[in-house]
Amino acid sequence: MDYIANLIVIALSAAIINNYVLHYFVGICPFIGVSRRVDMAFGMGCAVTFVITIASLLSWTLTYFVLRQGAPLTMWLTGGKPIDLSVLNYIVYIFVIASSVQFVEMYVRKFFPPLYKAFGVYLPLITTNCAILFACLKISSHVSGVENPAQMWGVGQALTLSFFAGLGFTLAIVIMAGIREELDHCDVPKSLRGAGITLIVAGIMALAFMGFTGVDRGLENVLKKQPVEDTADKQAATTAPAPQDGQSK
Amino acid sequence: MTNDGPTPLERFIRGILPENPVYRQLLGMCPTLAVTNSMRAAMTMAGAVAFVLICANIVTSLIRGLLKPHLRILVFTLTIATFVTIADRLIAAFMYDMSKQLGPYIPLIIVNCIIICRCEVCASKQSVFTATSDALGQALGNMLALASIATVREILGTGMWFGWRVLPAAWPDWVVMVLPPGAFLTLGLLLGCANWISVKWAQHGRKA
Repeated sequence: MDYIANLIVIALSAAIINNYVLHYFVGICPFIGVSRRVDMAFGMGCAVTFVITIASLLSWTLTYFVLRQGAPLTMWLTGGKPIDLSVLNYIVYIFVIASSVQFVEMYVRKFFPPLYKAFGVYLPLITTNCAILFACLKISSHVSGVENPAQMWGVGQALTLSFFAGLGFTLAIVIMAGIREELDHCDVPKSLRGAGITLIVAGIMALAFMGFTGVDRGLENVLKKQPVEDTADKQAATTAPAPQDGQSK
Repeated sequence: MTNDGPTPLERFIRGILPENPVYRQLLGMCPTLAVTNSMRAAMTMAGAVAFVLICANIVTSLIRGLLKPHLRILVFTLTIATFVTIADRLIAAFMYDMSKQLGPYIPLIIVNCIIICRCEVCASKQSVFTATSDALGQALGNMLALASIATVREILGTGMWFGWRVLPAAWPDWVVMVLPPGAFLTLGLLLGCANWISVKWAQHGRKA
């Protein structure tokens, strides 16, 4: 039960509370570049979710079995001496991301040609999307026990984090595209047009998402049947974003 | 960007204002937004980016004859990743607190579009000297952009600049400026200002 609760908290925290775009500022380039129309934004979101899940699965495997201190492979090779290969983390991850993007591209082109056409140029561009590297780094810090030595992440947590981070990215970029479609009909000051107004709208969205701060802790308490202290806090937080959203339009 | 393109000096100047990586080309947004809540963090980040950018440009320029077209992006990324690892270890060794504060944003320099863009556009085609001066100009432009955003955010958010108090203690700290929304708002408004100024300049130039 605790395991499921943990997964739910990780999922909600990755998707909404600490939204990758609006809280960690990763994946800003596609967030500004590809959020002109809702359908394109949705396609980009799906592609990122797909790649982020696969890349995280691969990097979890590599971190767990090869890179972390005292990993099975290095233990076996050196006959029981724990070696820390984590200095190689960045090179390995970027290599994993680049090659998984390449494989996903080949696979989609072979088996789902319409989807490949829909993704177009965005698929190769995902390689330089920071959100994916960020997810890999986050998973590695949890696997190697830097974040919390008492609780090391298994493959379940890693997959949940990455999949829901991708969903959160999709959510943010689709909302943004919706607002920008409306913005086309507005009289925006000339020098703010394009990226300027997009960033300001993103700031207002980030304000709205800030309303969720602390929900994860409250949720954890509820799910683990611990004494609840901050329910009022939580309710206030969930109702806060609504008026903010109204203002942004 | 052919062979009789701008001279090294022009490239250097170009990177600072006319082709500023943040304000004009909209590259490298992630660190720009994430680390600019204090001047100190922003300058460390700009320094790390400058180190990686210059080293990667030099190496790319040295091996430009050996690059195969379809593998070049991979080679760029691996070169950059190597230098980022070096920078990360150095910062962790000499500025431990700062490395904790910047956290995952140092490794994220790998996917910073400024560096890949300069490798692709300039260093893979030009001589070492040209590539270095280009990298210096872009790095300086990036540093100025980060400094401008961090100045606004730190002064409005905490009333301090580089840790010195500049606004009176009675200043009600606008905490939101230090938090994520402030980053988006500041960059959006500064971007608008930069556009406005460049339009004014262009008009002024036409009249004169």
